[in-house]
Amino acid sequence: MELTLWTYEGPPHIGAMRIATSMKGLHYVLHAPQGDTYADLLFTMIERRGTRPPVTYTTFQARDLGGDTAELVKGHISEAVERFKPEALLVGESCTAELIQDQPGSLAKGMGLNLPIISLELPAYSKKENWGASETFYQLIRGLLKDLAEDHTNEPQISWKEEGRRPRVNLLGPSLLGFRCRDDVLEIQKILGESGIDVNVIAPLGAAPSDLIRLPKADANVCLYPEIAESTCIWLERNFKIPFTKTIPIGVNATKEFLEELHKLLDLEPSSLINKENQSKMPWYSKSVDSNYLTGKRVFIFGDGTHALAAARIANEELGFKVIGIGTYSREMARKVRSAAKELGLEALITNDYLEVEEAIKNSAPELVLGTQMERHSAKRLGIPCAVISTPMHVQDVPARYSPQMGWEGANVIFDDWVHPLMMGLEEHLIGMFKHDFEFTDGHQSHLGHLGSHSKEDEALTKEINNSSNNQLGKSDSLHWTSDGKSELAKIPFFVRGKVRRNTEKYARDNGCKAIDGETMLDAKAHFGA
Amino acid sequence: MSGSTLLKETGPREVFCGLTSIVWLHRRMPDAFFLVVGSRTCAHLIQSAAGVMIFAEPRFGTAILEERDLAGLADAHEELDRVVKNLLKRRPEIRTLFLVGSCPSEVIKIDLSRAAERLNAQFNGQVTVLNYSGSGIETTFTQGEDGALKALVPLLPKSSENQLLLVGTLANAVEDRLKTIFKRLGLQKVESFPPRQSTELPAIGPGTKVLLAQPYLTDTARELKNRGAEILQAPFPLGIEGSKLWIEAAARAFNVDKGLVDSTLEPLVIRANKALKPYIDQLSGKKLFLLPESQLEIPLARFLSNECGMELIEVGVPYLNRELMKSELELLPSNTRIVEGQHVEKQLDRVREHHPDLVVCGMGLANPLEAEGISTKWSIEMVFSPIHGIDQASDLAELFARPLHRHDLLKEKTLEPTI
Repeated sequence: MELTLWTYEGPPHIGAMRIATSMKGLHYVLHAPQGDTYADLLFTMIERRGTRPPVTYTTFQARDLGGDTAELVKGHISEAVERFKPEALLVGESCTAELIQDQPGSLAKGMGLNLPIISLELPAYSKKENWGASETFYQLIRGLLKDLAEDHTNEPQISWKEEGRRPRVNLLGPSLLGFRCRDDVLEIQKILGESGIDVNVIAPLGAAPSDLIRLPKADANVCLYPEIAESTCIWLERNFKIPFTKTIPIGVNATKEFLEELHKLLDLEPSSLINKENQSKMPWYSKSVDSNYLTGKRVFIFGDGTHALAAARIANEELGFKVIGIGTYSREMARKVRSAAKELGLEALITNDYLEVEEAIKNSAPELVLGTQMERHSAKRLGIPCAVISTPMHVQDVPARYSPQMGWEGANVIFDDWVHPLMMGLEEHLIGMFKHDFEFTDGHQSHLGHLGSHSKEDEALTKEINNSSNNQLGKSDSLHWTSDGKSELAKIPFFVRGKVRRNTEKYARDNGCKAIDGETMLDAKAHFGA
Repeated sequence: MSGSTLLKETGPREVFCGLTSIVWLHRRMPDAFFLVVGSRTCAHLIQSAAGVMIFAEPRFGTAILEERDLAGLADAHEELDRVVKNLLKRRPEIRTLFLVGSCPSEVIKIDLSRAAERLNAQFNGQVTVLNYSGSGIETTFTQGEDGALKALVPLLPKSSENQLLLVGTLANAVEDRLKTIFKRLGLQKVESFPPRQSTELPAIGPGTKVLLAQPYLTDTARELKNRGAEILQAPFPLGIEGSKLWIEAAARAFNVDKGLVDSTLEPLVIRANKALKPYIDQLSGKKLFLLPESQLEIPLARFLSNECGMELIEVGVPYLNRELMKSELELLPSNTRIVEGQHVEKQLDRVREHHPDLVVCGMGLANPLEAEGISTKWSIEMVFSPIHGIDQASDLAELFARPLHRHDLLKEKTLEPTI
């Protein structure tokens, strides 16, 4: 038993939902009680999806447990197939259904339905969300392609050159609730296009099961997010001899390296037309004189494996920061993160406990935190600038504008996102210069220094109200706030209090009321319509 | 009973489970901690429903069951003791610890009442350990509060003093306001349950008259009755009419002079009607469809129909307690279609068929309906907003008028761009 106040990852069936919801023509029957339907809001609220996840929850109740839950499951399966007419069906269970052992996958397969059925076994008491997504993606592709794989074993591999066409690759791993996947895919597609490489299938994001059947037609796989796609890439390599890329193109150096790796895998000459040096503004921005102040800035990094590793490399090689802490919540990536930490002379923090991460941040006293939304909160409490580099997703991580992390444009986005929270160089210089002038307000820390608590602001505002009311008391109109009125006013949230005060005083004046109490406030509120 | 059409429906449901109530209960009683004994799903559910992120160390958490806990229940109890001990060491300010049962803990039958007893003996007065179930196989959404309050009832001291007890979590400001009004009516002793500190429990006994402030407290009401309290029959304090009848029910029970009641409430009602007027103009004649979630659906439908002139297409409720809802049902327009339970797909088919102007629904369904051009209001907002009482009627109406107003402002039908 593990005490958890907050968790970076959901349970594994949420991972399965990410795959199902990312795709088209796929439906997921999830044997789960009603409370598990909360998961829909992850997609419709955080990702602002305008469609419901293609998931049917069996929503069994305590009274069903005495009876035949298997019949209940079958009823939901046939109803879902009838209503949604999917190309393929995922069938699985959440933590509670795992305990009652109805085997919904086997039940579905025994129903004689005329569509591929993928039975998912995702151990809810030992595994987590990313593992669930990876396993679901793998099981789905294996389920759809395994017959083809058997036929394929003895076929000779025909290269794109022999076929006289452009090389083509699959982009594997982008999914909903993944960090900036939507834009990464566009950026990578653009970069590949410039090199004369076509995209065969992008999956799971936007793919249908029928698209997955075409996966073996690619010359190489691009594994964009190993957390989701690595096991699938390994299986495709073993069964269809399709090699895959290991470099994740986040940062300028990694993007160059990724392109070299992919060209080698495809046996493709790098195009001499592409000047890789000027594709991203990041190298020059990093070199420009204003960036001198970035030198040696102490950064603490925490996130999923892929983004934490990429961040460490960029911080170290491309921005001249000093990485003073690195960690991940992705246990599956722990080994890689440990070895990267070792190269930086650090010990990696592998944990799912955000308080442990906060403690590590506090102890290492960084000048910048690169983390998840939770580290953003921790950093705010500690008064340290922070940029978000990784899931778990927050509605702010799905920006309206194009903002990839990968490729050349991704590097530009990263420069802006990481550097803006820090004070800019010239600004830092000026603040240092004027620090001792009496006009200088203490705590002036660019736009970042919102350390003040609300209670302080509240006090200040109450004082301000008292003062200005008292001033008016001395003037011609003798308005007066009773203690009841003041205490009622103090209960109004500070950001609308000023308006409420003004309206109330105007109302009191207009109606010849001298003493303002709680009732006057409500009268005024009714008069002005809130 | 009115001439409402009461229907039942079964099928896939789309509602929160009782664990979700922790989101407001932990704020109501800052000296209490809610420890869910459950799975990673439970932890993920609460943090997702709680609104995205936690800004400080929260007063709720999950003891996540792992494979070895499932293997042997004896070990699970030992593990739970260990977790609780660590938690209390870390949070010594906790006075009441709720062990909250979940779907998995109910299915594997971890006896949390036994655990609570054992831990109470162990911590001997430092903290009170209680248990209830918030599991989704037994409870929906707001029923979690019912469970938590029911667990507290046996701890209430005994008293036969005459008093009014307001039961159900209210926003603090609203609660203060309602108490002020009762004071004006001459009611000297007005207490609240749950209290603002878990240790400041109100006394209860034959002199206690209970006004339910929330419509989802079936079990708590029964337990309070068993302790000698009288449950006053009234509609719930939403809207001008409901709030007025609610206050009057208490006034009658304490024999407050009718003249005083009228002279106290009349100015409030006049003012509230004035404040409500602009919203009536916006809401009147608009078609409303309520999907089941919070149990507040019937009182809300009554307010929006009777006072704001909305046309009720369908009122969905997770479950219907006819006794608690008696006064509400009497006030509903005849032929109101009330559907108990849910088949979410069929219900959404009916939504599309009737094309209402506004749908009250859960967070998972809101954006998909918006994308179809149907305005929505989150039902979860009702349990977080100060909406109770005569003075709040216009604020309550505004919650429903805003999406309609916005819909008119953004005239273009806005569809989600495809990825």
